[in-house]
Amino acid sequence: MGETFLKLLEGLPLTLKLTFSSVTLGLVVAMALATMRMSGMPALDWFARAYVFVFRGTPLLVQIFLIYYGLGQFRPALQALNLWGFFREPYWCALLALTLNTAAYVSEIIRGGLQSVPRGQIEAARACGMSPFLLYRRIIIPIAVRQALPGYGNEIILMVKATSLASIITMMEVTGIAHKLISQTFRAIEIFICAGAIYLILNFVVTRAIQALEHRLSPHLRDAPVPVQRLDPAISSGVDR
Amino acid sequence: MTLLSTPAVSVRDLRKSFGSLEVLRGISLDAAEGQVISILGSSGSGKSTMLRCINMLETPDAGEIAIGGEVIALRKGRNGRTEPANRSQVDRIRSRVAMVFQSFNLWSHLTVLENVIEAPIHVQKRPRAECIAEAEALLAKVGIVDKRNHYPAHLSGGQQQRAAIARALAMKPQLMLFDEPTSALDPELVGEVLRVMRSLAEEGRTMLVVTHEMGFARDVSSRVVFLHKGMVEEDGPPGEVFSAPTSPRFRQFISEHR
Repeated sequence: MGETFLKLLEGLPLTLKLTFSSVTLGLVVAMALATMRMSGMPALDWFARAYVFVFRGTPLLVQIFLIYYGLGQFRPALQALNLWGFFREPYWCALLALTLNTAAYVSEIIRGGLQSVPRGQIEAARACGMSPFLLYRRIIIPIAVRQALPGYGNEIILMVKATSLASIITMMEVTGIAHKLISQTFRAIEIFICAGAIYLILNFVVTRAIQALEHRLSPHLRDAPVPVQRLDPAISSGVDR
Repeated sequence: MTLLSTPAVSVRDLRKSFGSLEVLRGISLDAAEGQVISILGSSGSGKSTMLRCINMLETPDAGEIAIGGEVIALRKGRNGRTEPANRSQVDRIRSRVAMVFQSFNLWSHLTVLENVIEAPIHVQKRPRAECIAEAEALLAKVGIVDKRNHYPAHLSGGQQQRAAIARALAMKPQLMLFDEPTSALDPELVGEVLRVMRSLAEEGRTMLVVTHEMGFARDVSSRVVFLHKGMVEEDGPPGEVFSAPTSPRFRQFISEHR
């Protein structure tokens, strides 16, 4: 079993790379989408809505297939555009699908966070002369981040697990290696338990990191600092007892 | 009020509608430096809207507002509604006009001290150490310096409102607007906030106070303005308007708010 575990760990760098890259790039795309959604410009708003509708409403696996196999049908056109080098590689296709998919969810998390900022606190900031930029930087974003963090943590955990779908298009990350080992040894239970344990450990670390960040950012949601109790000599000497 | 000095705030023929509802129907009001004006009126009379127009939290449809003689420039926007012609002028004027809200509106992610130094440091760009020293003095003045490292959620309503007043004072405002500052408070907490406001009035600060506190209007303010259906219905020193109201509606309002 230990040997199986070590073999599977060889896939960990790829799993981490896919997760990290797609979460980071997805966040950038999501911010653009959320900005479009809240721009007040009908065309941009409509585009962002349609994007979220499509990418949230269809399975990630179908999206991966469409990008990897589906776009393969347009090879001559992609070659003409000099994009074939990108779409030929399963790694880039998996990364693209994961990024586009997570961006849809994260844009909604960002929008929810921004909209949860109490109106009164925004008004107070405007009333003391904050420019829109300062208002976002000092008040809206700090409050929105605190609100969005639990939801965003969930999304990162989902992404760690979603990278396993990349194995379907020949990527040798943890699940891909597990598949290969099973076809060689037929010891499915042992191998999948090891694979599952790796994801579990990864997500344990992610959960803890998010929790720590949440704790750091939200002293205002915890109990008030307890004032130091001064000992009243009359009470501590036990006169009344 | 003398015509020789520039009024701290001057409102001319202010009009504002929300949809088909006409909230302000031509209000004019001058406040001299150092005046404390209580603005009374039943709900829907337009008193909060008027206050919010003065620092452009609401944009008036028509009329003119001048703060310390500086007229806030307005223009017709593309959608046909008025809008500030110059955003940076509005931001600059807002930094001289402080507002205290009914629901306190302290920034929940900042401590009391951080709330007070936020705008002086980032809007007025004053040195941090100086802002902190001033903030602590202000918090001592409103009686909550021991709470400076607490977050708003850890304070009572009265303490939060006093912190909000300290935050407003930290801007060294020329004019202070109070929008029903005690209406969201439990009755036993109203007194502590009114005491702070009374001390500000005694310092000679220019204050516009939308309130339901008849005691404050009568005893502390130098002038009482009664609004009814978006118009000024009664205007004068409290001694006069309370003893001999000219408007029957104000007479009725007084009798209902004893």
